[in-house]
Amino acid sequence: MTSPWHFGEFGGRYVPETLMKALDELTAARKAFNADRKLQDELQHYLQTYAGRPTALYEARRLSESFGRGRIFLKREDLCHTGAHKINNTLAQALLARFLGKKRIVAETGAGQHGVASATAACVFGLKCVVYMGALDMERQALNVYKMKLLGAEVIPVHSGSKTLKDATNEAIRDWVTNVETTHYLLGSVVGPHPYPAMVRDFQSVIGRETRRVFKQRTGRLPHYLVACVGGGSNAMGFFHPFLKDRSVKMIGVEAAGEGVHTAHHAASLTKGRPGVLHGMKSYLLQNADGQVQLAHSVSAGLDYPSVGPEHSFLKDSGRVRYEAVTDREALWGFQLLTQAEGIIPALEPSHAIGFLKKLMPRTRRGETVVVCLSGRGDKDIHTVREHLDV
Amino acid sequence: MSRQLNRLSARMNQLKKKKHKAFCAFLTAGFPDLKKTAKLVTEFEKAGVDILELGYPFSDPLADGPTIQHSSQEALDRGISVPAVLKMMTGLRAGGLTLPVVFFTYFNPVLAYGPARFARDARRAGFDAVLVPDLPPEEEHGFQAALRQEGLRAIFLVAPTTSRARSLKIAQASQGFIYYVSLRGVTGARKALPADIASHLKFLRARSQKPVLIGFGVSTPAQAKELSVISDGVIVGSAIVERIRAARGQIGPVAAYVRQMVKAVRSLSGKN
Repeated sequence: MTSPWHFGEFGGRYVPETLMKALDELTAARKAFNADRKLQDELQHYLQTYAGRPTALYEARRLSESFGRGRIFLKREDLCHTGAHKINNTLAQALLARFLGKKRIVAETGAGQHGVASATAACVFGLKCVVYMGALDMERQALNVYKMKLLGAEVIPVHSGSKTLKDATNEAIRDWVTNVETTHYLLGSVVGPHPYPAMVRDFQSVIGRETRRVFKQRTGRLPHYLVACVGGGSNAMGFFHPFLKDRSVKMIGVEAAGEGVHTAHHAASLTKGRPGVLHGMKSYLLQNADGQVQLAHSVSAGLDYPSVGPEHSFLKDSGRVRYEAVTDREALWGFQLLTQAEGIIPALEPSHAIGFLKKLMPRTRRGETVVVCLSGRGDKDIHTVREHLDV
Repeated sequence: MSRQLNRLSARMNQLKKKKHKAFCAFLTAGFPDLKKTAKLVTEFEKAGVDILELGYPFSDPLADGPTIQHSSQEALDRGISVPAVLKMMTGLRAGGLTLPVVFFTYFNPVLAYGPARFARDARRAGFDAVLVPDLPPEEEHGFQAALRQEGLRAIFLVAPTTSRARSLKIAQASQGFIYYVSLRGVTGARKALPADIASHLKFLRARSQKPVLIGFGVSTPAQAKELSVISDGVIVGSAIVERIRAARGQIGPVAAYVRQMVKAVRSLSGKN
């Protein structure tokens, strides 16, 4: 398919008619925004002097030694302001909202990282910010809820459905349908109707571009493997995208297997789902035989989503990227390993990517290189980890 | 029923000839249960309803407000399925129901059932049209072709935010009638409806031959009357579903409300 709305058979715009105009406007604004040198300079300025870019590319020698094979590098998105890669997207979209003349933003959040990053960007650009968050997630991520409120955002608990990210997204879309002419929907991942998946990917591609440039400078070549966690998949998409044409670079997206992909409690939409339509896009979706959406489960609230960005679905079917699933237990193992080997406390989301190294590293050869996108830091998860790990 | 004679198109033509405005009632299939739904459908036909929109529940109905969300969830919790709804419809047609019925659902249940198979089975069961609120005319041309092939009408929506140029394109794609969304927001009864819709409707009705029905937010006879003046009729959903909930399994109060709404719309007969 050649439609600009789609990635092969995935993506598209499955939305109520009321939103079509806003999506057309956003598509046009994105184009103008990308072509506007002054706005691009302004975005660069904020990314460098405010968000802390470029982020470090760290060679994790002790972590590598623990496997005794290839060399492991970490792309340190956890060092971004607000503690995760989410700020790359929220600063850009907040600028875009200002460009569109909209003074109010709504956002959905799972782990709360996107909510915090949205509230933060709203402060920088003087926007009113409303964040929808599942009631269950508000319990798991109480610290981030408090942070959002400190930052002046209104946090609205969502009690419908699974009380997690899926339902928060429904409510954010309903708010947007109601206030579409004054409000920008600051979507936090590479999901939703066109142009969001492509737009958020572009805003996150700074991760992959920096990685590619610095890795090449330092080693004179490209990495053998890229590994990133995938919920909606924005860190992975931004990390992978600049390498897609580098055929030698193998890429692995790591989904949340929860209690195991053979149980009913997981969030592995690419591994176990079928193509479906949710939140304005066609993509792999966890659903029952009747097409009702199934509840996702993961120890990490940020991966607890029953679908995935449509470009990931496309990359899975094309074979360019491999997708694997890692359980809660394996992720907690990864969390501990990185913390103790390197003194870096990762968020539970990228802990899945670290957990996958247990499967990947024994297959690597000495001298082969693996870059893991460390998408966020673990402060927000200490409470959850404490319930699972004795120290 | 032959494929040439679509009940919805026939009804719309008939209403036009008589200069009647249309009253379209919405029901959540399976709320409170399928047996009650079937009973409500036959009572609605007796009450003078012109078109029935039967809503098949979806777990994530993002165009709907709390009333339809909750009724959908309760129907899902009781284990509703597409085959069960088709079976109910087959039974109603066998019992002599002539009311045109629109199958309303989000796209994912259709996709899961298989779009072409869905079109075939919906027509066989006795549905006349399909309305998918998260499917703009640009998506799923294969499904739209399958509906045409079965003689089912595909109804599309125009919103207050739709540009005039685009609303003409949607009018062209929409069959049976055009669904005009009265407000910016989700479904649900409202006390007041926006004032800015009259000019858009005037434009649409001047430029398109197809009937335009107004839905979202309509709940009182006065609103139904007011909106029927500027359109070809109204669609009422959440207000009916709220009354079904309040009636706790009784049909009488719901039918009485519907009769009252039909009467309000009928009082405008003879007017354009």
